[in-house]
Amino acid sequence: MAKESTLKNMVITLASITLVSSALLGVVYALTKGPIDTAQVAKINNAISKVVPAFDNNPSAEKFEKVFDGKSYIVYPAKSGGEIVGYAVESFTTGGFGGRIVLMVGFNIDGTINNTAVLSHAETPGLGDKMIEGKSNFSVQFQGKNPQDFKLLVKKDGGDVDAITASTITSRAFCDAVTSAWEVYKLCNEGNVKKEVADE
Amino acid sequence: MEYILIIISAVFVNNILLSQFLGVCPFLGVSNKVSTAAGMAGAVTFVIAVATLVTFLLQYYILVPLGIEFMQTVAFILVIAALVQMVEIILKKVSPSLYQALGIFLPLITTNCAVLGVAIIVVSKEFAFGGDPHMLNLAQSVVYGIATALGFGLAMILFAGLREQLELANVPKPFKGMPIALITAGILALSFMGFAGLV
Amino acid sequence: MSKLNLITRGIIKENPTFVLLLGMCPTLGTTTSAINGLGMGLATMFVLMLSNMAISAIAGFVPAKVRIPSYIVVIAAFVTILQFVMQAFTPGLYETLGIFIPLIVVNCIVLGRAEAFASKNGVTDSLLDGLGIGLGFTASLTVLGLVREMLGSASAFGIKFINGDGILVFVLAPGAFIALGYLLVLFNKLKTKIK
Repeated sequence: MAKESTLKNMVITLASITLVSSALLGVVYALTKGPIDTAQVAKINNAISKVVPAFDNNPSAEKFEKVFDGKSYIVYPAKSGGEIVGYAVESFTTGGFGGRIVLMVGFNIDGTINNTAVLSHAETPGLGDKMIEGKSNFSVQFQGKNPQDFKLLVKKDGGDVDAITASTITSRAFCDAVTSAWEVYKLCNEGNVKKEVADE
Repeated sequence: MEYILIIISAVFVNNILLSQFLGVCPFLGVSNKVSTAAGMAGAVTFVIAVATLVTFLLQYYILVPLGIEFMQTVAFILVIAALVQMVEIILKKVSPSLYQALGIFLPLITTNCAVLGVAIIVVSKEFAFGGDPHMLNLAQSVVYGIATALGFGLAMILFAGLREQLELANVPKPFKGMPIALITAGILALSFMGFAGLV
Repeated sequence: MSKLNLITRGIIKENPTFVLLLGMCPTLGTTTSAINGLGMGLATMFVLMLSNMAISAIAGFVPAKVRIPSYIVVIAAFVTILQFVMQAFTPGLYETLGIFIPLIVVNCIVLGRAEAFASKNGVTDSLLDGLGIGLGFTASLTVLGLVREMLGSASAFGIKFINGDGILVFVLAPGAFIALGYLLVLFNKLKTKIK
């Protein structure tokens, strides 16, 4: 059972336990740092390959930053045979019900939205988290739409997006993030979009 | 303005007990009487305010400069445990009457997850109160901590009041005690949901 | 007490959630679905087993007055290790459970078992005790998560069984209290029946 408590052995015990714990933590930290980074990179890469057309380069290695409205966004170009086939824009909004929502929005080269993926969010399970693909059809309605003629606002606000039932705030935030992504995309792909307009 | 938003958000909208589930153990454990609930709420407010201040300084002036953020959990809980002990000793010396009122709750507070929870939230989460999201600064963190504790106290005292009334009610046998208390807490949480969207 | 008994009593007779009512914060906070409940339960079990083992090993050397701080440091160390491991190998679950992972440190079950069991018993027994209590906690959280998920999102373990929405309130905060309340009623009723 427990020993007598003298100042000396109390200090020694606590100090040595703390020391051993810290050393152990340091070792485990060093061991898991690699896998943690890999997991984070894998998450981004998965999202990219979900949202842009098939590519054969490494978009993470060619990422660049674009500033829009005073905030900087990361853009991942997808290339196939050296030709750009689409852009994945890591976009975010702070207007979610639970705060920040981070999305990966993929655009085809003609400006249509190829797909979207949610990277992180704090929305209510069962309500706002229906924006995640597979939990409801909400995110599907963005696929193949060109924001030039698809108004990125919920129907309540005069747009073309069907909001998630009982989660208007989340739906608005989602639209907001996609809109920012679209603006960033236009900055990256100015030539192509202008051509589109001219053709019409 | 920002401070008012922080307070409304922490007390009503994101009430720590009823919407974030931190500090539920004392919420269920010492809420039989309004007077004990008030005592617990007072002690928690005091400790959260001091703990938030100290852990904030610890995070930004020791852990981050040394690059050992991974020691966060260990460092924070040690600081909180030491702090609670210290508060207890100081209170005993300085204000015996306050110690009488809060003293018995103090040892319970080390394992109150609201204290560690607030300390971690403050240094890890971005807040947006009407502006761009940012990490809280020292003053905002302490205000946030105190407001959270006030929300804890509000929920605690309301709940204790309800439970005092429940004592007199004729409750079916399997519901007696904790089950009916939990269901009551559920209804209280339901009413707090009405504050959603306020901030 | 037999070794098997050490494990089984944590599941029913001394179930941490339904009988002892300990560790209520993660119980209510993380059980929005069966999988989240299961994940939280297993995470707690991991810490419980390791900390029980370590504490029973060091209990003999620790002076009585610094007992609690020493145990807390040990527990916090294992919790941090768990954080690293989860971040590396189950990042999705780590994000979902969020703040409740570091808060395992202040889960009364873990410190409670350290103080009540591990500090007085051998390493193997403590490990088994941690396993038993951990399994009991995991089972309760999974059941509560399953009930809330079935009522709230009309699915079980992520698989939809009815098309459409559930009774939303059960995945929200109030539903956690109410669902646990009614489960306790059921548990009490069954207990009196058996007696």
